Amino acid sequence: MGARIRSLANNFSSTGKLLAGGMNNASLSGITALPSGASPGKMRLLSTQTASSSSSISFTSGIDSTYDIYKFEFINMHPATDGANFQFQCSTDGGSNYNTTVTSTYFQAFHFENDSATGLEYAAAKDLAQSTSFQNLFTGQGNDNDHTGTGELFLFDPSSTTFVKHFLSNNNSSDASDITINQIPAGYFNTTSAVNAVQFKFSSGNIDAGTIKLYGISTS
Amino acid sequence: MGSIIRSAANNVGASGVFSSSAFNNASLNSVTSLPTAVDGKMKLILSTTASGNTTRSFTSGIDSTYRTYVFKFINIHPASDDVQFQFQGSTQGASSSDSDYANTITSNSFKAFHYENGSSPTLEYDTGRDLANSTSFQPLTDGVSNDNDHSTSGELWLFNPSSTTYVKNFISTLHLVHASDRSNPQYTAGYFNTTSAINAIRFKFASGNIDSGTIALYGIA
Repeated sequence: MGARIRSLANNFSSTGKLLAGGMNNASLSGITALPSGASPGKMRLLSTQTASSSSSISFTSGIDSTYDIYKFEFINMHPATDGANFQFQCSTDGGSNYNTTVTSTYFQAFHFENDSATGLEYAAAKDLAQSTSFQNLFTGQGNDNDHTGTGELFLFDPSSTTFVKHFLSNNNSSDASDITINQIPAGYFNTTSAVNAVQFKFSSGNIDAGTIKLYGISTS
Repeated sequence: MGSIIRSAANNVGASGVFSSSAFNNASLNSVTSLPTAVDGKMKLILSTTASGNTTRSFTSGIDSTYRTYVFKFINIHPASDDVQFQFQGSTQGASSSDSDYANTITSNSFKAFHYENGSSPTLEYDTGRDLANSTSFQPLTDGVSNDNDHSTSGELWLFNPSSTTYVKNFISTLHLVHASDRSNPQYTAGYFNTTSAINAIRFKFASGNIDSGTIALYGIA
């Protein structure tokens, strides 16, 4: 015991304060709840998936009634196939089927690298009307080594069994024709069943690389 | 004291490091703040759930504590069909009367829409939803459907409302199911044209009650 007491003493400062090295880890992994006075942030990282020549990335857990809003972040999504469209769909059966009815809108601003054209336009070919197809998030993504698409998607109250499920997204892509395109889809999954899984993929070819993060945002 | 030291020693590893059993609870309930490295920066200030209310007002918590505030709207459902969801600000805080929600606003609004039957995909400036130095309530949406499964969800950012130097900028994005069965994201931005501190915000539908829905207010640290 004496040896331990001596070791313990080495973990105290000269003023008797316990040094960080005296704790058994920096994450305090034994803590299961935070005190009310600490007021932690309300956006929590739930999971992170990194693609590596993946045909799709699916989030089949963690999307439930715990949070009112779920946010996905797409970081440097890189397609194996040039000009592929990055898309998503939702499941109401835990990921067995991704075919929930969507009505959506889609508009975009664009600018060519060679400055030859700019524009702000509705993109009618990229929206859906009561369709069970995958919803585009950004399209025409170049697969040059340094080209990727990045953005975010908010999904509101997916566990509701009363309301349709609203989504809002904002993404920027580096198009296969060397264009920056800010692509802004929005819409709703026209179902009163709880959405409990979300899948992302490119319209053709694998997700060569990229990271998708899922956050939960609490209102309580 | 010897027994206490012996007990304490049992909670210390050979290298003198406390094990988790050395701490008297799992919630550390005397902690009043979290270290920067682990603490999120979006702090919930207040959340309110509507149930047949004419308005929902936030009359506290909007001050100089945070520079940026964000309201999140989850499935706001109107009692009346085809009604705009709106907001206004007050400089009178908890003492705000109905007439105090009348600060001068200049704003812009645009929207996209697309009907469930596939018709009329459109992106347009929405002159019916902007204001020009007006004290009216600022629309955040076009006409929301009151079908049982229809609603609007989204967010409103309010910047530096406590400033007594600058106007108060706001930016909002909401998606609604329009009364005509269409997807309708609405993008609104503008400013309260006042150098008085805005310290209360009220939400309502243009007519009829807020049948249901949750509005949460966060401060961005």
